[in-house]
Parts: sequence; C-alpha cells; structure tokens
Amino acid sequence: MITKQISIFIENRKGRLSEVIQTITSQNINIKAISIADTTNFGILRIIVDDPEAVAVQLKTINLAASLTSVLSVSIKNKPGAVGEVLKILADNNISVEYMYSSLAYSGDMGNIIVCVDKEAEGEALLKTAGYSD
Amino acid sequence: MAYYNKLIETASKSDMFLIQSLNLSRTVRRVYENVPMYRQRMIDAGLTPDDIKTVDDLHKLPFTCKKDLRDNYPYGLFAVPREQLVRIHASSGTTGKQTVVGYTKNDIEMWSECVARALTAAGAEKNDFVHVSYGYGLFTGGLGLHYGAEKIGAAVIPASSGNTARQIQILQDFKSSILCCTPSYALYIADTIKANNIDKESLSLKAGLFGAEPWSEEMRREIEARLGIKAYDIYGLSEIAGPGVAFDCECQCGMHVNEDNFIIEIIDPETGEVLPDGVQGEVVFTCITKEALPLIRYRTYDISSITHEKCECGRTLVRMQKPCGRSDDMLIIRGVNVFPSQIESVLLSMGSVDPHYMIYVDRVNNLDVMEIQVEMSEEMLSDKVRSIEEFGNQLKAKMESTLGISGKITFVEPMTIPRSEGKAKRVVDRRNIK
Repeated sequence: MITKQISIFIENRKGRLSEVIQTITSQNINIKAISIADTTNFGILRIIVDDPEAVAVQLKTINLAASLTSVLSVSIKNKPGAVGEVLKILADNNISVEYMYSSLAYSGDMGNIIVCVDKEAEGEALLKTAGYSD
Repeated sequence: MAYYNKLIETASKSDMFLIQSLNLSRTVRRVYENVPMYRQRMIDAGLTPDDIKTVDDLHKLPFTCKKDLRDNYPYGLFAVPREQLVRIHASSGTTGKQTVVGYTKNDIEMWSECVARALTAAGAEKNDFVHVSYGYGLFTGGLGLHYGAEKIGAAVIPASSGNTARQIQILQDFKSSILCCTPSYALYIADTIKANNIDKESLSLKAGLFGAEPWSEEMRREIEARLGIKAYDIYGLSEIAGPGVAFDCECQCGMHVNEDNFIIEIIDPETGEVLPDGVQGEVVFTCITKEALPLIRYRTYDISSITHEKCECGRTLVRMQKPCGRSDDMLIIRGVNVFPSQIESVLLSMGSVDPHYMIYVDRVNNLDVMEIQVEMSEEMLSDKVRSIEEFGNQLKAKMESTLGISGKITFVEPMTIPRSEGKAKRVVDRRNIK
C-alpha cells in the first residue's frame, strides 16, 4: 500500500516534458502512474515506477533533480463511487489528502489510485482494515 | 554664467594646488593621529605626516579600499569622537555588511555646498521648486540633494522614491522645476506621462540632476527630448560624501570634481600607477576636508579619465568623464549597489541551496529588473508545489532584505547553469548602458 513516488523538477518550457519522459523511458524505466503539478515557471512531475530508489539514483546521474515521497497506492473497483469510498474513510478519520491521481494500469475490473496523505502509515492501516490492498 | 562659489570654481591652478596641499597635509596629520589603520599603514610605508606636504606627495600614501571599511565596520575608520557626529549614512557592501559613513556638522555643510554648486551649474536658484525623487534614508541620494537645494535657498519638495502617479501629480500641481532622481526613473516618469496622455508642457520642469547609476549620452538626449528639459549628471559615492563629488555644467563635457574637497587620481587598477590626463583607469579619491571619515586614496572601482583643460563654462575644476564601467564585479541596479557575492551568501545561508546561480539584469520600460536563476537541488525539491513556492518566497524576501532591492527568483534544472574552471561568470547584464 505505501509506495515511493519519484518527484522530478521540470522547467516550464516548450517540449521539456516530452524530453524528460523520453529520457526516463530510454533508461528502460516503465512508468506505472504519472501526474504533473504545474506553475508559471516550473512543474513537478510525479511518477510511480518499480524499484523507485534505484530509479531515483539513476535519474540523478542524468542531471534530473529527483526526490522520493511516500504515497498510498490503492486498488479500487472500476465502478461508480469507488474513489469516494476511499476518500470518505480517510476524511472520517481526520486524514488530509494533499493530492491524488490515477494509475495507468488496469487489470480486469480493477483500477488503481495514488493518494498522498499527511499521515500515510495511519491511512494504510485504515484502508487495509477496510479490505483494500495495492 | 552662475556659480555657487566663483572663487573656488574658477580658481587658478596654482591657487588650487595651494588649497589642496594645505588641506591634504592637515588631513593626513589628522588621520595619522586619530585612525589606527592609517597610522599603522603610514608607519609600515616608512612615512610620517611630515612627508606629505603637497599634492605631489599624495602618491606616496597607500590606497584605501572597500574591504578596509568592512574590516573596520562600523566606525573603525572615523577620525572624530562620537559627539561630533551628526549624521550616519550607509550603502550596501560586498558581503551583506553595509558600508557605514559618518558626517560632522562641517561635513554636512561641505557636502551641501558641493550639491549646491551642482544645482547652480544646472541653472537652479532660489525661485525653483526642487523635486527630490531619490530615496530618503540611509542612501545618500535623497538627503544629499535635499540639503544642497536648501543651501541655494530653493524650495525642496521631498517626494522621495516610488508611487509614480503621485510623483507626476506633484510635478504638475506643485510646479516642480528641477527634478532629481536616477536617470532610469526619469525615463520611467517620461514613459508614464506619455502612457497617460499627459502633455509634457503641463509640467514646469526646466532641468534635472540625475545620478546614482551609470547612464549613456543617448539616454541623456532621450530624457532631454521626452521631458523637454536639460539633463545634468551628478556623480558621487557615499564613502567620499554622496552625490555632488562631481557635476555637469551646461557644457556637458565631463563632470567638474569639487577638487577643493576631493582630490581625484586615475590609476592603473593592476599596478596602482597614477595615469596622466586622458588615459582611462580606476578613479581614486582623497577626502581633504572631511572630518568624520577622511578616506585617503580610496579606490572607487569606477573606470573613467580626467582632463585639466579649462572648460568653456569658466570653471577650472578638473573634469572626469562619465564612468564607463567597473574594475570589480559590482552592479548598480536601480541605483543600488549589488555584488554577486551578496547573492551567493544569501543562497548559502538558506542551507539547502547549492551556490549555482546566474544573475540577469535587464532594462524593461526604462526600469532595471533583476532575475536570479537558481539551480534546483535535491534538498530543495519537494513533491508539493506549495513547498517549493514557499521556499522561493523566503529566498526572495531574504534577497530583498540583504540587497535592498527585489528580484525575481527562478528555479532551473540541475547542471543547466554553465560551470567554469576559472572565474565563474555570474552576471548577464543586458542593459547595454555603454
């Protein structure tokens, strides 16, 4: 459930996101989930990959500023209200969501969401108790 | 032809030599007796006050530089007891520490007269409204022009800097006739007047005294055309006194140095050798009438040349050309002295920042703008935009409080700022002033 997300700093200029994604994938890294937070001057690219620690080191060698953050990876059913249920459990237990996005991977009728919360260990325990897994 | 002090301003070369020599020998004796650093340096050079009798002996004395002021911060080079001080000013130094200067009552009188001579040369007299848009405060610009204008009996309008709409309203309604500010601010006022469809004929301005930053002849012509005035350069630095160390006359062919108070020399910045008239080098001043802080052979790092030829205006005071550069890395942005080393020390004080940065200075709509590009480091990076923006704001606030002017902070990707093996290039100045 708790997984490490890699955040990458990207300057806000034309074509830069594409270049960075090409660079990452050319290292044989498979991106499982992706989102970008943007501002006027820069963006923060957030990705979920296998073996994030090793990938973060690899990214630094190609001059990308990368840092690791613990987030929750939660499998949910592909049906109306599924995201709402997860968020309700967190909200009812006074856990704040900083941001969230969905994964690129689907298997059968199951999808996957990535949630960044203020208390990830507590969030993981609550969601596991409610029957969720990653 | 109006002079504030005709006797001095048109004195013969031999008279000026006598005045300078007398004042120089007195000042050297005073610093030898009252300032430990100068005493020690003269002893080290094998000199006593008796060795300095005339201006021809000046070259024997060692130089003073900005570092000496820093090493003796704040009052270590003052030559008078505290009760004689009546004013303190300060300007930014190279490492965040300010350069502190002090004045006695006589110093303020002397400085005010220097400014009064500049104002008179620009055609100001007691019927004028002198509008001072230099900042008032530790910066010498505001109060320097203020006291000079009072000295000639003009009515001072102490508008200080900022709020351009209000400045223009005052210019119109109060009938300001002489404007004092930085040349870039004068052009900004001209732009704003044009943008608001205000007829320049609705202003009563006839002349302006502009200084505190380098500007070109082209800029002078532009200000003159757009504001319908005559634009006069006024030069100075707080270490020597403030504005009024040298000034333009109506011939605009080099600034007359108030050399009865400040002896100017041009030196080779590498060897320290004194250079003859017409040859460019670093400007060095010796204060020969100052009581509180009489700096001896102070290196300004400004590059210029001098001429002793008599000016058509009748003044015999030696003339210096507009400074055309610096022999150090100081930048003058909106009249404020900025050293790249200050920016570096702020970055390092933030802990998580690598000192990889680049300073870009531009002139947009005649106002200087500064952008500081900082490489994003692993320690600064967060997954949250808010955290990075907060960090950026903290950095901006600290930069502003240290430098005295604001700048835009832009984060760039790692390794995008060029590394150099020798002296790093930290500044890209796109203002094209020369």
